[in-house]
Amino acid sequence: MLAWKLKAEKQGYFTQDEWQTGLKALGVDSLSKLKKALSDLEKEVEKPSNYEDFYTYAFRYCLTEEKQKSVDIESICELLNLVLGVQFRPQIDSLIEYLKVQNDYKVINSDQWINFLRFCKEISFPDLENYDAIQAWPLILDNYVEWMREKHS
Amino acid sequence: MGCENIEFDQGWGEMEKGIEKLKRILAGEKETPFTSREYMTLYTTIYNMCNQKAPHDYSEQLYDKYKKTLDEYITSIVLPSLKDKHDEFMLRELVERWLNHKIMVKWLTRFFHYLDRYFIIQKSVPALNEVGTTCFLNLVYEDVHPTIQDIVLSLIDKEREGDQIDRALLKNALEIFVEMGLGQMNRYQDDFEARFLQETTNYYSRKASKWIEEDSCPDYLLKSEECLKKEVDRVSSYLHSSSETKLIKKVQHELLVVYVNQLLEKEDSGIKVLFRDDKVDDLSRTYRVYNKISQGLDLVANVFKQHVTIEGTAFVQQAEEATSNQASNTPGGHEQVLVKNILELHDNYMTYLNSCFQNHNLFQKALKEAFEVFCNKTVNGSPSAEILASFADHILRKGGSEKLSDEVIEETLEKVVKLLQYVIDKDVFAEFYRKKLARRLLFDRGTNDDHERSILSKLKQQFGAPLTSKMEGMVTDVVLAKEHQSSFQEYLRNNPDVHPGLDFTVTVLTTGFWPSYKWFDLSLPSEMVKCVKVFKGFYETKTKHRKLTWKFSLGTSHINGKFEPKPIELIVSTHQAAVLLLFNASERLSYSEIVAQLNLAHDDLIRLLHSLSCAKYKILNKEPSSKSISQSDSFKFNPNFTDKMRRIKVPLPPVDERKKVIEDVDKDRPYAIDAAIVRIMKSRKVITHQQLISETIEQLSRMFKPNIKAIKKRIEDLITRDYIERDRDNSHMFRYLA
Repeated sequence: MLAWKLKAEKQGYFTQDEWQTGLKALGVDSLSKLKKALSDLEKEVEKPSNYEDFYTYAFRYCLTEEKQKSVDIESICELLNLVLGVQFRPQIDSLIEYLKVQNDYKVINSDQWINFLRFCKEISFPDLENYDAIQAWPLILDNYVEWMREKHS
Repeated sequence: MGCENIEFDQGWGEMEKGIEKLKRILAGEKETPFTSREYMTLYTTIYNMCNQKAPHDYSEQLYDKYKKTLDEYITSIVLPSLKDKHDEFMLRELVERWLNHKIMVKWLTRFFHYLDRYFIIQKSVPALNEVGTTCFLNLVYEDVHPTIQDIVLSLIDKEREGDQIDRALLKNALEIFVEMGLGQMNRYQDDFEARFLQETTNYYSRKASKWIEEDSCPDYLLKSEECLKKEVDRVSSYLHSSSETKLIKKVQHELLVVYVNQLLEKEDSGIKVLFRDDKVDDLSRTYRVYNKISQGLDLVANVFKQHVTIEGTAFVQQAEEATSNQASNTPGGHEQVLVKNILELHDNYMTYLNSCFQNHNLFQKALKEAFEVFCNKTVNGSPSAEILASFADHILRKGGSEKLSDEVIEETLEKVVKLLQYVIDKDVFAEFYRKKLARRLLFDRGTNDDHERSILSKLKQQFGAPLTSKMEGMVTDVVLAKEHQSSFQEYLRNNPDVHPGLDFTVTVLTTGFWPSYKWFDLSLPSEMVKCVKVFKGFYETKTKHRKLTWKFSLGTSHINGKFEPKPIELIVSTHQAAVLLLFNASERLSYSEIVAQLNLAHDDLIRLLHSLSCAKYKILNKEPSSKSISQSDSFKFNPNFTDKMRRIKVPLPPVDERKKVIEDVDKDRPYAIDAAIVRIMKSRKVITHQQLISETIEQLSRMFKPNIKAIKKRIEDLITRDYIERDRDNSHMFRYLA
């Protein structure tokens, strides 16, 4: 989250510039203020307008290599847990379970990532009633829904 | 008259004289008709009485008197006359009384005409005519119309059962109903038509349920046609024209719609029997009759479709069973028969389509859908695409087993192309066809170039260039190769010292057009090595920058076998030749020695050795002489081999390529989908997901039917490769990224 606020380019690293500019924007100049700012930050992230932005950033944050376009399944599961786990606990748990058992995809690209969020927001859970595979959902979610439906029948 | 006012009673007295006279005339009593003078007097009396100054302006009283006159006439004369009449007599009486009434109103209206000019407009009261009708309506019609309705309906029923009735009477009677509506049709509709239609429905419902059990389909249709004719006739004879549409619709519904399936599917006389017995007239009648019913043809087309589907599927099953019943079968023999049957079926039903069903597009569609059902079935593991390709191959191989004339071949090929439209996996057909074409071009001497080109151009016309471009290239290659060969011969003639001492031909092919063939790193016998070298030399004089890859597996060799009984010429594949020539150097070779010398894989070598030692012609003797090859065997030249022929072909059993073909096609499909998606996105720029899917399917329909999952996968792939992107705000839209 801090990385998002600071608009850090590379995972695990803050450039001096980013650090200085970012912390100035937060109005922080001491460690205790930083701690407080972080908790405020959590609330800020949850604002819907920021949420999507934060969500997208989180994905890009994991692209460590140059020209990397997708993130491996393991990391995705972790990331989903971190970013969406609080708001959509049941969906995420079930989705992570599926991602671990399925074999079709070894990596997830940004398009699929965006649609995970959309899925959690739009599709009723756990019945998945309003999911229509003919719509423009990525194939991985089609497969996930099929898997869920089989499990529950 | 003078300027004196006429007193009411006096004036009315005059009128009454005229009215009585009128009544007498109507009653048929001896009476002279009205003279002009009499008429003028009556008219003028009214005129005067209306133009007098108040309180002598008697317009209103006269108007009332007019009405009262009519009422009184009806009550005293008309009603009694109707009272104790029944049935047809009552009808007759009513019609007569109504006619009389109309005459009376006509005359009275003339007498009292002046009222019509001013009084009725002033006071906004109904005109005299209307009053006349209303009187009759209120006093007579309201009372009798139920009874009249009953009488009319029972007469109609009688007529339907075959009796003669007085149509003119009915016409007049029904006209009363119409006229009672005073310009509207509501009396006719409410007091007669509604029940008429109901009774008609009941009548035909009864008849239909009887006929459907007793009559054959053609007879039933004939009867129905008759009934409909009669009902139309009925309308023109005595019903009001507005009833026609409603009436016909009801009759059609009861007779033809309710029982349609039962009718057309009748076991002994239904549609399938009509087709079997080629009853063109009855089929045309069926079309004619149902064409007039809205959506009637849908029903017939449905039965038609089912029938054709059943017939076609039966052929398919026949082929399946025939093959599984026979222990040995001529490869593809039953499939040949199947295709022939299906082609014949198609011909037959196209004829019916044209002759009986006016080539209506509902039936075209039904035929198409029926054929699509059974033209995509797999028979004994062979997909229909392969079966069709084999059939075409069979025909093109020197006219097939029966010597067919050129015309018949052309016709049959044309039909094959037509049949292909029903096969969904056209790209599978193309691949099988291409493989077989390759074998024909390379191994089958005397292939007819004209036929080959003709079918390719037909395919191109129907399904587009992508299907046939490679194959056309192949045919051209072979022609060019012949030219190459003649210039090679010339080269040899001009350079006698390079001649390798063997006669040989080389066919140069363009790799991209031909199916891919496995490459073997075969060690050639030395005689052949020389040939290869010489040709290479020649080829380099012709073109630089081209690489020659030698596919000996496609070659044929003629070897003279010096057997003891007699020398025999062996026609073998080049690989087989390579094996045999080893025995020029040594009498006996073990399997491993052969492997070492030839450098072939085990699978391939086993096949070769089998064909030379364990099959029909034992050119080599195997030790031990078991039926199959093992790696510990050894082989010896068989000097005693002989055959009654001087020249024999030693065949190599072909490798089953079916799996490979299907695999290859499956591999290519994603690329085709990609190309289609990119084409669509490029031209549309922005498009919804639904539309993209449906347009992709449409674009590819000439080659195959992609499933939605596959398309989705390719879309995702294209997103990853940055060809397209999902719209930020509307996740169901995609945008093209230039």
